[in-house]
Amino acid sequence: MSTLKVNKPRQKSSLASRFTLSTLAWFLGLLLFFPIFWTLLISFRQEVDAGTFPPKWIAPFTIENYEKVFKVGAKSFLLNSAIASIGSTIVILALAFPAAYALSIKPIKKSKDVLTFFLSTKFLPPIAALLPIYLILQKLQLLDNILALTIFYVAMNLPLAVWLLRSFLKEIPRELVEAAELDGASTIKILYRVLVPISMPGIAATSLICFIFTWNEFLLAINVTGFSAATAPVYLVGFVTAEGLFFAQLSAVSIVVSLPVIIAGWAAQDKLVSGLSLGAVK
Amino acid sequence: MTTAIDKKIANQRRRLPLYPALIFTIILTQIPFLVTLGISLFHWNIMYPDDTRFAWFENFQTVAADEAMRAAIKNSVVLTMGVVFFSTLLGLLLALLLDRKFRGRALLRILLITPFLITPVAAALIWKHIIFNPMYGIINGFATQIYQKFGGDSVVVIDFISQRPLVAIAVPMIWQWTPFMMLIILAGLQSQPTDILEAAAVDGASPRQIFRNMTLPHLRQYIQLSIVLGTIYIVQSMDFVFTITQGGPGSDSTIIPYQIYLTLFRKYEFGEAAAAGVIVIILTIILSSFAFRLIRNLLETEK
Repeated sequence: MSTLKVNKPRQKSSLASRFTLSTLAWFLGLLLFFPIFWTLLISFRQEVDAGTFPPKWIAPFTIENYEKVFKVGAKSFLLNSAIASIGSTIVILALAFPAAYALSIKPIKKSKDVLTFFLSTKFLPPIAALLPIYLILQKLQLLDNILALTIFYVAMNLPLAVWLLRSFLKEIPRELVEAAELDGASTIKILYRVLVPISMPGIAATSLICFIFTWNEFLLAINVTGFSAATAPVYLVGFVTAEGLFFAQLSAVSIVVSLPVIIAGWAAQDKLVSGLSLGAVK
Repeated sequence: MTTAIDKKIANQRRRLPLYPALIFTIILTQIPFLVTLGISLFHWNIMYPDDTRFAWFENFQTVAADEAMRAAIKNSVVLTMGVVFFSTLLGLLLALLLDRKFRGRALLRILLITPFLITPVAAALIWKHIIFNPMYGIINGFATQIYQKFGGDSVVVIDFISQRPLVAIAVPMIWQWTPFMMLIILAGLQSQPTDILEAAAVDGASPRQIFRNMTLPHLRQYIQLSIVLGTIYIVQSMDFVFTITQGGPGSDSTIIPYQIYLTLFRKYEFGEAAAAGVIVIILTIILSSFAFRLIRNLLETEK
């Protein structure tokens, strides 16, 4: 009884303040989302209705900008981005999963030092490695080659994947592995028959996060690709210079380039934090 | 005897799955940095190949004396600190607002993380052209509409990009990084044990007291982590500068990575660029030592 009496006035005042706080949350959220909303809105307009002064809220609907995006040749750049990000993600998983296994369930000696080493490479500034990478690719005649770019994307995100997969594998009871070992299963069998199937959620989250980072990568791509291996961000940055400033078309192409990552990010949103903080935060 | 050898073999076998990833990472990440270190000691401009020679620390002196590089360092510090400060503050506010039950919270969360997912170059283009454009951008457009509604008869034409280039870069970056800060701080808030908070409330602690004495200390390491990681990622990226201002006007908005890029591919001063790269590596090592400590702390408290 007594606690009820104490709590009552507080709850009453908090009802009004709760409403204010929710309104504030929605106001800020919509404000931050507005640039994306507006871009989406004018991407479905004809050019004459897009970059108007003053801005128009209502205009006829059209999908011609999206048709144009694929006509002016964004397709090959999107394809390059897809090869680089999906390709590197597959290689990363193949390398990182066994490594994460060695560092997690029955961790090898010095596994902490190995993990710290992986983490330290993730923090190295890519700009400081750019010149050697450029020179090596030039020497091997691999400049403007999408597969060469893919290999460097593997190096960029492999440490992240090892950390993430390790944080997922750590949760698996070691008895499971020990039982398989007693049955005489080889390491490869343990990895692919026992561990891969039960770590699917972790593998999926890791892939999505690697995909997001590689798809958006710009610094390396702009410097080691020319025309034939250029990825979507490289195409995008030259879009206005190449095509002229067309607001509706620019909006459509920005949406198309960002869409794969937006979808991946929405799908991985629960695991996004863990990925962004290198597994330090769940 | 045999058991010791068996153990050794077993240990070796357990280490095998690690090697492909470890060797790959060592080769692809360590060698380029060693090469950079080597090149930084040479005078090397590919326009003047005959003048290539060992130069000790000459490049470091050149870099330290270079006006544009000094401007870049100053701008990098100002931009990174500004972006990290405001995005953390805004991220903290949003995390606190989202850490309660209300209608449509899940949807709002999805809307809020979206700016972080937009391809940075696309985000930069959207802000540069669709929002900041002096004639057709929506800021000046809506400002004019509001101004004229209140009896004004002129048009608002502010050219943010040439008048305040650093702000024109910072605002889109704050917009993009706020969700990152929000997500990490929100994860920290939600890892708070609720039973202790409830106990404090039953004992008569006011919400303000609970926030100041319990939530904030608990959040501290999450806020630190978001600041350190944000700083490392933000100081390394040049997408926004490259897209929005190209470092201009003059050197007003150039930053370290962009200046290194220019030294490499516009001036072809490979030695100088490598020296600047070495300086960046040293700064990054200092920064990331903070990150290590934080990540280790968090991983240990988790157990």
